[in-house]
Amino acid sequence: MRAINSVGVIGYGVYIPMYRIKTIEIAKMWSNVGKLPIEEKSVIGLDEDSATMSVEAALNALARAGIRADEIGAIRIGTESKVYAVKPTATIVAEALGITPKTLACDMEFACKAGTEALEDCIALVASKMVKYALAIGVDAAQGRPRDALEYTAGCGAAAYIIGLKGKEAIAYFEGSASYVTDTPDFWRRECEKYPQHTARFTGEPAYFKHIVNAVKLLMEELGLKPSDFKYAVFHQPNIKFPLKVAKMLGFRKEQVLPGLLTGVIGNTYAAASLIGLAAILDVAKPGDRILLASFGSGAGSDAFSIVVQDAIEEKRGRAPLVKDYVERKIYLNYAQYAYHRGKIIL
Amino acid sequence: MRRVAVIGVGYTKIGEHWDKSLRELFAEAALKALDDANVDKVEALYVGNMMSGYLQEQEHLGSLLATYIGMPGIAACKIEAACASGGAALHQAFLAVASGYYDIVLVGGVEKMTDKLTPDVTLALAMAEDREYVVYVGASFIGLNALVYRLYMRKFNVKQEDIAKFPVIEHENAINTPYAQFRYKITLDDVLKSPLVADPIHLLECAPLSDGAAAIILAPLEYALKHYDTVIEISASALATDILSVHERPDMLTMMATVRAAEKAYKMAKMEPKDIDLVEVHDAFSILAPIALEDLGFAKKGEGWRLIAEEEVRKDGKLPVNTMGGLKARGHPIGATGIYQAVDAILQLRQEAGVNQVTNAETALIHSMGGVGGTVAVHILRRVK
Repeated sequence: MRAINSVGVIGYGVYIPMYRIKTIEIAKMWSNVGKLPIEEKSVIGLDEDSATMSVEAALNALARAGIRADEIGAIRIGTESKVYAVKPTATIVAEALGITPKTLACDMEFACKAGTEALEDCIALVASKMVKYALAIGVDAAQGRPRDALEYTAGCGAAAYIIGLKGKEAIAYFEGSASYVTDTPDFWRRECEKYPQHTARFTGEPAYFKHIVNAVKLLMEELGLKPSDFKYAVFHQPNIKFPLKVAKMLGFRKEQVLPGLLTGVIGNTYAAASLIGLAAILDVAKPGDRILLASFGSGAGSDAFSIVVQDAIEEKRGRAPLVKDYVERKIYLNYAQYAYHRGKIIL
Repeated sequence: MRRVAVIGVGYTKIGEHWDKSLRELFAEAALKALDDANVDKVEALYVGNMMSGYLQEQEHLGSLLATYIGMPGIAACKIEAACASGGAALHQAFLAVASGYYDIVLVGGVEKMTDKLTPDVTLALAMAEDREYVVYVGASFIGLNALVYRLYMRKFNVKQEDIAKFPVIEHENAINTPYAQFRYKITLDDVLKSPLVADPIHLLECAPLSDGAAAIILAPLEYALKHYDTVIEISASALATDILSVHERPDMLTMMATVRAAEKAYKMAKMEPKDIDLVEVHDAFSILAPIALEDLGFAKKGEGWRLIAEEEVRKDGKLPVNTMGGLKARGHPIGATGIYQAVDAILQLRQEAGVNQVTNAETALIHSMGGVGGTVAVHILRRVK
């Protein structure tokens, strides 16, 4: 898919809460002697949620963009941890930032690829010239079911991207994108349930790998590109194993993937994951670098993008904290504190 | 009783077949077997399967699968004997032809274990045990095997490495088995460092959860000799049971069902252990291999582990065992396993085992076990032509 007008990223920003819990703590809680998938994951503070994290990330994106908030004409928040089942997180965030009232706003859901769906939507709104700037956010305070395998990786974080027409002010632009979507029930949460259910090994080959491989192949076919044309590759990252494996399957090298692979130290931030990975790349990329971004959302589907960095990155990058600044800022919690922070203790 | 031969085999790859249903897997194997035998129709169908009711919420497999392979109307039914369902079905099919009642019979096994999550599959597998006196007190299937393992090591003063070596050899074999589930090397270190599932059983000493289907077509030996160039005879087919629960037996380390079935089989085939060129044992857990080798007469009680430690079980050893990878590496789709064991043996006897070929393989013994030795089927196969 190529937009009718070329579109780029005017500003980007992330937010990762400062609390962490080491996975060994979780393992000790459940007397689990098995191998642990990651080191530690991020945990929201007592007064944080998807709305607050979105605001923080968007403020960083605005700082880099150097535009006024009220110049933004649309906000799309992709998340599976909405603050309300009915009432958009997007309006809370838009008002806090000063984007309202002349704006489009809504929340979007497609599990871990809701953030990139938000991105696609913003690209379309800007390319069609319906709005000058659009804000796409991927955010989650993912709930991990106690004693389940996913409790070790369900993390919290947000990434915000301000989209505008490609021009000198764009730090990067989109060459094109491709999506691959099927009805595959690998992971879901019914309306009144607190925690999602997943299908263990079925979430691998027929879900994560099938959709990412197909989306990336479609993208490369359409744009006439091959793995060696990319400097970096960011994949959705539910753990460390999967993105490295899918990279190998597609012909990408480990070196292209590692700079954008954060899960080991912050956990899987669900709808924010691949977008935080992209931000980590933008924090170090040079003008002219081509980046592959491939998300995956359960249910299931993958969005793949080819993004090329422009000169503006050098000056704009330093206007807000880098991903690693948030990664390095941490306070450890024990399991009881973690349970309290995540609302698992009945008060 | 007429003599019985195998005139065709068919089987699917074993693994996680996310996009194939139970009936599709069975049809794939059955149609391949019909092709291999060059026949269009059979008179009776026996289906080996253990858990279709719980995992697929589907019973009545005889009628369902006869219909699905395009032969509604023939005699058909499901045979269940826990993990020995395949072996038990083979026995029934053998009797059907040996008795003279049917001429061409198809016996297949099928299991689809990836439709539900592991805790549900564990629950389904536990149905092989006595529910009210064993399962209700919390003993899982692997827990019972762990008790047997620990007792064996203690009583016969055996080191775990000498038993845990078996999966290592099986994995090496499976590298050259195109239809095997796991086709990669593992080391003894990998096995002993793999997570403990039920002390002392490590993860890599357990057969995997698998999807798969295998089918064989049987016919009277006389008919086979007339119409086929290569003829494999089923020289013996025996089925026996034991006291269901391990804790009620006088000797927990001897599977009397294996002893009884083997005795009947050797007598029927007019053979002794020394006449067997290769063996397929039911290694749901590594400990069951040395015990089976003892109960089948290939080693004295408490000495079966030596065949493994001294690697006599390799394809070029004194007694090749599980040359295509066994339950651990070839795979273990429960109801189909007994038939896959027959397939493994038949490929060897037909000289079609490729890199795994045992030179001059003329006779094979296959051992299919249900529960912790509750039911055992032993078959002896022989190359006639």
